[in-house]
Amino acid sequence: MSLQADLLTLLPELVLAIGAMALLLAGAIGGEKTTRAITWSAIGLLLLSGGAMILVPAGASAFGGAFIADGFARFAKILILASAAFSILLAGEFFARSALSRFELPVLMLIATLGMMLMVSAGSFLSLYMGLELQSLALYVLAAFNRDHLRSTEAGLKYFVLGALSSGMLLYGISLIYGFTGSVSFAAIATVVHQSGLSLGLLFGLVFLVSGLAFKVSAVPFHMWTPDVYEGAPTPITGYFATAAKVAALCLFLRAILIPFPDALQQWRQIIVFISVLSMALGAIAALGQTKIKRLMAYSSIGHMGYALLGLAAGTGLGVRGVLIYLTIYAFTNLGVFAGIQAMRRGGHAVEGIGDLAGLSRTCPKLAAIFAMLFLSLAGVPPLAGFFAKWYVFAAAMQAGLVVPAVIGVLASVIALVYYLRLVKLMYFDEPAPAFDAEVGFGVKVTLALSGVVALGFIFAASPVINAADAAARALLP
Amino acid sequence: MSLPILSLVTFVPLLGALAILALPGATSARWIALGTTIVTFVLSLVMLAGFNSADPGFQLVEKMSWLGGGISYHLGVDGISILFVILTTALMPFAIAASWESVENRVAEYMVAFLVLETMMIGVFCALDLVLFYVLFEAGLIPMFLIIGIWGGKRRVYAGFKFFLYTFVGSVLMLLAIMSMYWYSGTTDIAELIANSHFPVAMQTWLWLAFFASFAVKMPMWPFHTWLPDAHVEAPTAGSVILAAILLKMGGYGFLRFSLPMFPSATEMFAPLVFVMSIVAIIYTSLVALAQEDMKKLIAYSSVAHMGFVTMGIFTLTHQGVEGGIFQMLSHGVVSGALFLCVGVVYDRMHTREIAAYGGLVNRMPVYAACFLIFTLANVGLPGTSGFVGEFLTMLGAFLNNSWIAIFAATGVILSAAYALYLYRRIIFGALVKPSLQAIQDLTLREKALLLPLVVATIALGVYPKPVFDVTTPAVAKLVHDTKAAIALEHLPHGKLAANKGAAP
Repeated sequence: MSLQADLLTLLPELVLAIGAMALLLAGAIGGEKTTRAITWSAIGLLLLSGGAMILVPAGASAFGGAFIADGFARFAKILILASAAFSILLAGEFFARSALSRFELPVLMLIATLGMMLMVSAGSFLSLYMGLELQSLALYVLAAFNRDHLRSTEAGLKYFVLGALSSGMLLYGISLIYGFTGSVSFAAIATVVHQSGLSLGLLFGLVFLVSGLAFKVSAVPFHMWTPDVYEGAPTPITGYFATAAKVAALCLFLRAILIPFPDALQQWRQIIVFISVLSMALGAIAALGQTKIKRLMAYSSIGHMGYALLGLAAGTGLGVRGVLIYLTIYAFTNLGVFAGIQAMRRGGHAVEGIGDLAGLSRTCPKLAAIFAMLFLSLAGVPPLAGFFAKWYVFAAAMQAGLVVPAVIGVLASVIALVYYLRLVKLMYFDEPAPAFDAEVGFGVKVTLALSGVVALGFIFAASPVINAADAAARALLP
Repeated sequence: MSLPILSLVTFVPLLGALAILALPGATSARWIALGTTIVTFVLSLVMLAGFNSADPGFQLVEKMSWLGGGISYHLGVDGISILFVILTTALMPFAIAASWESVENRVAEYMVAFLVLETMMIGVFCALDLVLFYVLFEAGLIPMFLIIGIWGGKRRVYAGFKFFLYTFVGSVLMLLAIMSMYWYSGTTDIAELIANSHFPVAMQTWLWLAFFASFAVKMPMWPFHTWLPDAHVEAPTAGSVILAAILLKMGGYGFLRFSLPMFPSATEMFAPLVFVMSIVAIIYTSLVALAQEDMKKLIAYSSVAHMGFVTMGIFTLTHQGVEGGIFQMLSHGVVSGALFLCVGVVYDRMHTREIAAYGGLVNRMPVYAACFLIFTLANVGLPGTSGFVGEFLTMLGAFLNNSWIAIFAATGVILSAAYALYLYRRIIFGALVKPSLQAIQDLTLREKALLLPLVVATIALGVYPKPVFDVTTPAVAKLVHDTKAAIALEHLPHGKLAANKGAAP
């Protein structure tokens, strides 16, 4: 394949990469006063990159199969770009109020987004690792972006140390897989596994690979970093972690397991089921005792990754479809929740206690109504979108015969319901706490409105999303 | 008939809720809510007029693609479900009117919650797709949770959580069962599943148990009933009315719609279990009711006992038993709703539900005493009131099945007379000695207008129940026949199965 065709396949990523560097230069020349312009340019770049996807031929791959631009990657990329755009919008507003309004922020987010797009398109372990590290390094800096703040720097450092450890495990696993199959390409590995089965060394490699990836999606028992990082990082950055980063990591997880190891289903399924069940249970139980909303959302996201992993454990096209639908709904819901958390300000300062939400339905009925909808959607109560997310994942698991994990999953969702209901109770049943600041940014309002519409409207317009996810799943597992 | 009448009946309340959100003043909210519920009731009568009661199948069917893959937006009613729709639409105006003065804060939100709840309840009875049914069945929890939690009594938070969580636990298991039914038969269409489903017996067993988990909690059957007294006591009057009159009926409706026709062999297998639980419910909760100090709690326990008759009747798999169960649910809907309204009347005046705080009300409130008496007697099951018909038929069905069941159930009738009349004596009769009661007023015009139609309905249904049976009989006959045929088929040696299937009508 010619270089030109390869580059065309990579066009959306190239747009982002060149654009991010240009914005970095512009910021370096123009200084702090360009921050606002750069923020909006970054959002424009994301849109441009999304538009460039139309030019990429369907099902194309580049660089000898190391980069795959199939329908699956496209679905994931649209989701990542949308989450990133909203996160940059929110972050711009968030930092505009603080002394930390710096042009590097949107640029770093663009670079992380570029890494995520490479991750979901990876067709070999080398491009996987490259994308993952590009994303991770940018995210470490973002977590510590509030650099004069103790918790933020702690979050960054913790994330970096544990992230490096997990990258090490991942690399070790990849090296074992390479050693025992002689290739880093997913397709080539699949052929070897198909022909000569799963040797012991390869099994070890697989286990390390899964562990490393489980860290990235914050599945139990590799979840320890999540609550601290979620709490410490600036709110819009946490939202970015919870949405775009999770989408990318989970889509990467799907491809890196399902394509090279379809013949080792029985081996990896045990591990995935195990971490999935543990994540669902721990996410539900540990969140019960939280008093800070961002820590609570951290445990909530651990639980949600558990539900999504159940779709991977199914190991079928239906499972992949379920995960994609799950991620779509999850990402839009979480964007709204973090936008709402960003609106929790009193006297110019952000408040993050759960108790600060008390009586919100009387002091700010609109925010309370959207919050309640989003929380109940996360809990999976119909008719809200979150129910359908769970429906498709659990239905795939039941179809694959994973009855016991599914039963544990629905019971965990009942436990999780308790803390979501407690939030609703605080907002609706309790006596009001002092009102939040009335002044709410444009980005927060737009994001909240959008995720409210998604949560409530999904039931009426579900089929386009389902069909798109179906097509994407077929692209991955024909 | 091209008019989508079922969708109209289902979604008009939701439109009313949107109208209230657009015009959120307290007075306009009340009037919009009342107007909407009355319009819905009228529409449901139009629906009844378009219904052919000789046809046992689903009618007024509407079907649209929804989620794809065999999951569709499918509505329809048969002789069983249509009456529950009418019950819902008929009682909602009463619930709204009962809250006219007693709810003062956050009126717009209150009315919105009720109207949304009405859409969900009607939808549950109309849904002919399992996923749609499940969505509406569960979605009703949110408005009820808010109604209990925001406008409820002292322990409202506890009661709201208990209500939500209990029901949710039962339902998620049903959700998994729905999924495996979907993978087994490739559809979630209820009409199709009833007509063509032949789940293997082992699968039926656990599917039945999963559905049972949901409906037994909703019903509620002993020993899953403990959420009900709490929810009733803490809910505002209209919330209790709707809870007792309609939400509980979803459990019984579920048994009739799913457990019997779809899992006939499991139904036969588990019928003794249901009988035992029903009888314990009838006797035990009646005894518990006898010891209550709180009026609402007493009526709540009596609801559990009455629902025991319903489950007993349904699982006798006799025509009489099933018809009786349905009638008992309708009658209980009217009577228990009316009883909670009666409690609401005195609660609005005295702000206590404690039985001991009352006594001798007949002296100051003769009209109230008369109404209350009629509902109490209907609750007891006195011939001539609607309560009698259902109880009599369910016991008749039980006798046909096993006379011991009927004998135990009959003791429940005596106990119900005991607790109901004891309650009545303590509140209404005796001398009016308590100083706080000296100035109590009799029913206002609004309250009279509320209770009178229910008095008429109670007596009319008791004296002349034929219109109800005209509607239900063909559908019930088909249900009982098909269920029994499926059970008989399962008992045949397997070689004869295919031949017999062809011969079945």
